[in-house]
Amino acid sequence: MSTNGNMNLTLKVWRQKNAQSEGSMVTYKADGISPDMSFLEMLDVVNEDLIHKGDDPIHFDHDCREGICGMCSLYINGQPHGPKRAITTCQLHMRSFKDGETITIEPWRAAAFPVVKDLAVDRSAFDRIQQAGGYVSVNTGGVPDANEIAIPKVIADEAFNSATCIGCGACVAACKNASAMLFVSAKISQFALLPQGQPERYSRAQAMVAQMDEEGFGSCTNTGACEAECPKEISLTNIGRMNNDYLSAKLFRQEDVNRG
Amino acid sequence: MILDAKIPAGPLAEKWSKHKFNLKLVNPANKRKYNVIVVGTGLAGASAAASLAELGYNVTAFCFQDSPRRAHSIAAQGGINAAKNYRNDGDSVYRLFYDTIKGGDYRAREGNVYRLAEVSVNIIDQCVAQGVPFAREYGGLLDNRSFGGSQVSRTFYARGQTGQQLLLGAYSALNRQIHEGKVKMYTRTEMLDVVVADGKAQGIITRNLITGAIETHAGHAVLLATGGYGNVFYLSTNAMASNVTAAWRAHKRGAFFANPCYTQIHPTCIPVSGDHQSKLTLMSESLRNDGRVWAPKTPELAQKLRKGELKVTDLKEEDRDYFLERKYPSFGNLVPRDVASRNAKEAVDEGKGVGGSGVAVFLDFAESIARLGEDTVRAKYGNLFDMYMQITDENPYKVPMRIYPAVHYTMGGLWVDYNLSTNVPGLYCLGEANFSDHGANRLGASALMQGLADGYFVIPYTLGDYLATIGPKAIDTNNPAFAQTKKDVTDRIEKLLALRGTKTVDEYHRELGHIMWEYCGMARTEDGLTKAKGLIASLKADFWKNAIVLGENEEFNSSLEKAGRVADFIELGALMVEDALQRKESCGGHFRVESQTEEGEALRDDDNFAYVAAWEYKGEDVPEVLNKEPLVYENVKLTQRSYK
Repeated sequence: MSTNGNMNLTLKVWRQKNAQSEGSMVTYKADGISPDMSFLEMLDVVNEDLIHKGDDPIHFDHDCREGICGMCSLYINGQPHGPKRAITTCQLHMRSFKDGETITIEPWRAAAFPVVKDLAVDRSAFDRIQQAGGYVSVNTGGVPDANEIAIPKVIADEAFNSATCIGCGACVAACKNASAMLFVSAKISQFALLPQGQPERYSRAQAMVAQMDEEGFGSCTNTGACEAECPKEISLTNIGRMNNDYLSAKLFRQEDVNRG
Repeated sequence: MILDAKIPAGPLAEKWSKHKFNLKLVNPANKRKYNVIVVGTGLAGASAAASLAELGYNVTAFCFQDSPRRAHSIAAQGGINAAKNYRNDGDSVYRLFYDTIKGGDYRAREGNVYRLAEVSVNIIDQCVAQGVPFAREYGGLLDNRSFGGSQVSRTFYARGQTGQQLLLGAYSALNRQIHEGKVKMYTRTEMLDVVVADGKAQGIITRNLITGAIETHAGHAVLLATGGYGNVFYLSTNAMASNVTAAWRAHKRGAFFANPCYTQIHPTCIPVSGDHQSKLTLMSESLRNDGRVWAPKTPELAQKLRKGELKVTDLKEEDRDYFLERKYPSFGNLVPRDVASRNAKEAVDEGKGVGGSGVAVFLDFAESIARLGEDTVRAKYGNLFDMYMQITDENPYKVPMRIYPAVHYTMGGLWVDYNLSTNVPGLYCLGEANFSDHGANRLGASALMQGLADGYFVIPYTLGDYLATIGPKAIDTNNPAFAQTKKDVTDRIEKLLALRGTKTVDEYHRELGHIMWEYCGMARTEDGLTKAKGLIASLKADFWKNAIVLGENEEFNSSLEKAGRVADFIELGALMVEDALQRKESCGGHFRVESQTEEGEALRDDDNFAYVAAWEYKGEDVPEVLNKEPLVYENVKLTQRSYK
């Protein structure tokens, strides 16, 4: 296809047939790339060429291509979501690279995120952590009027900041220990800040942390790489908040936990 | 065939409460004996699955994404309407109902729309109770804004991420039921057919996208909440994998497809930058509050701009045509979405388009920046300007933005009655996938409202009536329909995998998109549509001969996934064209060039076209049959829209 571009790149891409196979880095040429393309569109072009040649296209997860679904997950030149701050891979454009550059593309690397194929990984551990307690236990119907409980704007805004996590897993990929603390703490914080989350606050923290440990994520050593690489700029403060609730639950709130 | 919408009799405001009382209930002890299948986990699907599980039914839910949280509802920006009247500015259930009927250009059902407005208030209560962090005022109460040309402030929002926050709320309710064991969730699993046995929907056939396993799932009812079909245009604001396959497969098993030609095209999107473009990005239409839309006065000037011989900032004021302000002096740049979009297309068609491709017009903030100062403009639109800069590498504080309309939402979908049941008993359809509430044009902030209304507050009532009628007897999967449907699915996969031609599936998809956009997009003519019919027929024949589908079924195979979806889009495209041909009037998003007022505006023909067009599938390569459901208006008076 005509791409009208003038960039010629070399890609080193992780290829792995399935979870059971061994993988390896494979080199591809990406020629005629336009700087206006998004990174994923560049991969589309490479894949169209591969399909024309009868070769299996490179599998990678992607969907909304506007930075909100959390599906895209590429480790580009050693950084989750590539070189620019506060964006996802799908928002990265080729003008962030130089003509002639070699780009290394790998999947998220973490024991709790096994590779499914090529660059796609299994992040269902995140779902299971949320299932363990990431909710307010209310049924549909029979709830109070939305304005019954006033919530200070600063608190609501802070809860929103935690809630902007898109569950992409870049925090895990960035962490040398493959810790999921930033992700888990963002969800725990959203509810811990809001009045609606109070009744189950401590049991929730315990249940979600227990599930996180069971999934095989590593420990947090306060390096802060997760915060630096998070496309939604989720703050480390969340981790502090979570640790506080988790410890309180262990030491002083066993009754609340049992009740919850 | 007579289409019975089952709208309850009686005064508008009493229909839903009376109907709820008349619906049969399922004994609480019997609920666990029923299995309900929910396909799709966006706002409609996740809210339905969670609410039905809370009632005690066993639910099996499916999504093709790797997590239910990634359904495309997540990308909705603006907000959700609710007739709370928290502002004391004259809102009411009746006003929301009226605005929605009028906004849909009088092509939606009164009964459905009134119910939607009625339950809108419960949605906000529910979401707040779940911990959805809506925007608040300093006093701690919920904030509202006006949206989409509404005269009251009834839109609740969570910064520019309302869809995400509402979906995470529904996802959390769904997670709780998964934890309780009441919902069995299948991710990365795509529905490929519905099993209709003895005239009732009793199950689905799915494909595991990782292993390729083809599986049968039985249920007492099947709920499709599988979203819209905007990707038939290839380029749209939809997510890459959004598709029509579930709805289209159901259609081919007997469910009527209603008003497929009603599509919404949003005016303020970032234009296409080249052939490689994979999707389009929308920017909030609030930009038109301060931006002025214009194109160069002549094609010659436009060409000079495109070639870089002239800089846009050097173009003299008298060489600019602020065409919306010129043609619509009272509404100016704030005309509704369909009007703004159509006028941008006209300018481009006349050769006055700008940008490298020539398919864009300007949205200019120079005057606002001079009047308000750059800081004020930044405070209002900073995030949108950043997004624009990120994608285009141009600074909209210095040069005008380039915009062009993009496909955004589809009002058509599977035909459903008041109970959200399709004409196939046991098969239900919710959210954007059905056709019911938006008529020929959807108002801003109404999509989220409808998805959640269907899932939280309508289906939990109406489904019980059907389940109580059929009884809790286990589904007999030995019925030959199960094996036959599974065989049909595997046969089709084999047929696709046998295609080792010369053109990629994406190339076909792009070609289909070009045809649809050109002839069944913003302006449609008898000639163009007739031409499109022929083009789509040849495209279909060519696809089944020359497409390349690589690999095998028993693996993660994106090539195969896409092929099945694009094959269905091609067939849907043909039906959209058919529908646009028969509707020889203009209404909402459907503009037939032959039917316009003297001023060039959409002209409805209420005498001949006040009906829902429900298409009935009759077999491969046999023309579909058009069934009409007359639209009866007892409460509102039909009028002509004018924005001069």
